[in-house]
Amino acid sequence: MPSPIDYIYPEYEVVRNEGLCIGCRVCERQCANGVHRFDEKSGKLTIDSSLCVDCQRCVAYCPTHALKVVKSDNTFKENANWPGSLVGEIYRQASSGGMLLSSMGNPRDYPSYFDRMLINASQVTNPSIDPLREPMETRVFLGSKPSGIRRGPDGQILTERPPRLTLSTPILFSGMSYGSISYNAHAALAKAAQTLGIYYNTGEGGLHEDFYPYGENTIVQVASGRFGVHIGYLMAGAAIEIKMGQGAKPGIGGHLPGAKVFGDVSKTRMIPAGTDAISPAPHHDIYSIEDLRQLVFSLKEATGYTKPVIVKIAAVHNVAAIASGVARSGADILALDGFRGGTGAAPTRIRDNVGIPLELALAAVDTRLREEGIRGNVSIIAGGSIRSSADVVKALALGADAVYIGTAALLALGCHLCRSCQAGKCNWGIATQRPELVSRLDPEEGTKRLVNLVTAWTREIKEMMGGMGINSIEALIGNRLMLRGIGLSETELKILGIRHAGE
Amino acid sequence: MNGPMNRESQLREGNIRIPSGCAISGMFSRNGRRMSGETIVKAMTVMHDRSNGLGGGFAGYGIYPEYKDAYAFHVFYDNREAKEACEAFLEEHFDIVNLSKIPIRKNPRITDEPLIWRYFVIPLPTKLADFQLGEREFVARCVIRINTHIDGAYVFSSGKNMGVFKAVGYPEDVGDFYRLEEYSGYCWTAHGRYPTNTPGWWGGAHPFAMLDYSVVHNGEISSYDANRRFIEMFGYSCTLQTDTEVMTYVIDFLHRREGLTMEEVAHVIAAPFWSTIATKPEAERKKATYLRDVYASLLFTGPFSILVGFEGGMMALNDRLKLRSMVVGEKGDMFYVASEESALRLMEPNPDRIWAPRGGEPVIVTLNGKGGEGHAVAD
Repeated sequence: MPSPIDYIYPEYEVVRNEGLCIGCRVCERQCANGVHRFDEKSGKLTIDSSLCVDCQRCVAYCPTHALKVVKSDNTFKENANWPGSLVGEIYRQASSGGMLLSSMGNPRDYPSYFDRMLINASQVTNPSIDPLREPMETRVFLGSKPSGIRRGPDGQILTERPPRLTLSTPILFSGMSYGSISYNAHAALAKAAQTLGIYYNTGEGGLHEDFYPYGENTIVQVASGRFGVHIGYLMAGAAIEIKMGQGAKPGIGGHLPGAKVFGDVSKTRMIPAGTDAISPAPHHDIYSIEDLRQLVFSLKEATGYTKPVIVKIAAVHNVAAIASGVARSGADILALDGFRGGTGAAPTRIRDNVGIPLELALAAVDTRLREEGIRGNVSIIAGGSIRSSADVVKALALGADAVYIGTAALLALGCHLCRSCQAGKCNWGIATQRPELVSRLDPEEGTKRLVNLVTAWTREIKEMMGGMGINSIEALIGNRLMLRGIGLSETELKILGIRHAGE
Repeated sequence: MNGPMNRESQLREGNIRIPSGCAISGMFSRNGRRMSGETIVKAMTVMHDRSNGLGGGFAGYGIYPEYKDAYAFHVFYDNREAKEACEAFLEEHFDIVNLSKIPIRKNPRITDEPLIWRYFVIPLPTKLADFQLGEREFVARCVIRINTHIDGAYVFSSGKNMGVFKAVGYPEDVGDFYRLEEYSGYCWTAHGRYPTNTPGWWGGAHPFAMLDYSVVHNGEISSYDANRRFIEMFGYSCTLQTDTEVMTYVIDFLHRREGLTMEEVAHVIAAPFWSTIATKPEAERKKATYLRDVYASLLFTGPFSILVGFEGGMMALNDRLKLRSMVVGEKGDMFYVASEESALRLMEPNPDRIWAPRGGEPVIVTLNGKGGEGHAVAD
């Protein structure tokens, strides 16, 4: 019997407007959490708010808009030092002895540096450029730059370049494994990447055989569990990403519960059905930077030096020095993941307390690589909560060549940020493997929505570029003079390498 | 009424980024005929309103034939201490063949002049051996060293057989001040500046030069910080925060250090649009793609028209959208450039041909028999 101490009044309450409800029972069918039930005796729909994750599925699907989810007004006695959430978590841990689990990105009220930077525009001395009338170029190459010019006997420049990725716009879908998200979600990401001329990333879950045709727009990931890695997989993608760390959970590995490992997921990961897929915290063949170099070159050897290799690291305190090591490891691209980045499941305390903001990490890394004269060795992809086209512009101006979007892409597919992915009962068909839920996500519609999102952002990026008088994206990358800080301290401005507004 | 500003309290170029509008002009004799500086000074007078009296300057090529194997350093000094420190540095690193004040003529509209000295120097062979650098790289690093480390000393011209003359004032007054009618060269470029702030310092005027490369520029590049942060990886230090400074370093880097031709340099800094590249034959497409990818951070966006002077040649170039006016003309062996046709016609009233080059299309002229950069490329 659970102790009454452990009873926590639901954080959110589902409210039904009885006057509008027509008893159609759509809510009951849509909720995999069992919040809505039909009581045969009374002939009425009942609500159990304690099961609600506030995913808004019933609200969105109610034909008469009779439902809403509101924040509960039940409250512990107010205490600035002991918010109700912390008190509740202590009860849960005292009851279970377990680690707290969470998903999606760190929701806490840390400063967002993106929101404290402002973008420049031209006035008088320099004309702004209208993207509707003039070419506005967003093509980006990712990969190491050749050093110096070599010419053939005829004096012509030899134009061979190291393997690279070509993006129509500086946005990629970040790594999300098949297993953590559904087949249909992967299908939508793959098709959208192909339509848009960008890339999606398999995450650490292998590549379903159905998606090999999208290989030219696929980044295949090699992570510490090495799930789904074989030569066909490595050769299938346009690039290989070694995942050393993840912004949502730096320093720890991953865990896909056995309950999600069946059928195609187990086949794609190349592990028996029902077994937990545990990715160790470190790669057990990488205990130092020289080991990373060996893995980079093992992968290059295996694929005949035809694929650029990305090394993804989480933004941690010493990130600039680590990035400098990565840039000398033979990697072609460095992916930086900030502490706001999403996850399918992570220990809450780690998600909310480990790592540093992407903006500071990105600025520090770009500055360090330039100070050392090795910025050309690697391209930089910045990820970890890029929320809008303005964030993209700011990240590029700080020094990123492109950005990864994960959460924003899932939102486009219908995710409502209920942060309950770990439960595997995603009502939107994204973070689930239950066939009846997966089927709710139409890959065609999902593709269209992803294409719409990236197209809309690209339009906005072009407008902002035009306003700055910039007509090609490479002139924005690292152009920190286009940013000003607002309400930032000297130290913050120094790290970001920008001036304060008005300066 | 506006009160007088205190020169001492004003921020210098380098402490602040100052956008400017401008006038430029240039003239070039393919046969290497040496012409006095008088004509180019006159050409600037009709574009008086494109400047605001806060900066003017000229670069002449072929003006020091008697010292053609020595690097001619033109230096501004704020005070005697700076001069002593700089001369000590020069003596340590160079054989000073000749030194003198640069002759000037007092002009009522040119005031507050610094000490202006000229040195003809040759790097000491022992120093060259010590540093294991090519001669030009050695000289370039010495110039950067003086300009960044010796307070109050500023080398504003450092090429062989060429020289930059600049000041705060209208270009025609600057030409008079430096007695340019007494110099003769095969190539002249000129600049009149319209800064939107009040720079009290002569070093900020144009042309900006490094070795034999000089740049006069009209425009404001929106890519400035991307370009600056890239080029500073290669030992350059952009202390003035001006477009012209970074452009000069970029051109020096691409042409001298990376070995690109001037035409290839133009295809980096004013790269063709992808839509244009797509229409080109394969070899050209590959080359253009290569240059855009490898030197992506050296693309200049925003409006500019520039004149690049270099040993034996000159390049005129507009930004990719042609957001600044620039016309060029020819008469016999002569080639002319100006922001406005009126100025061009003042240099040559009856040109054989006059045209406005398209955005991003360089017009390059070189001395006959020089080869290398090839013939003048029109269109």
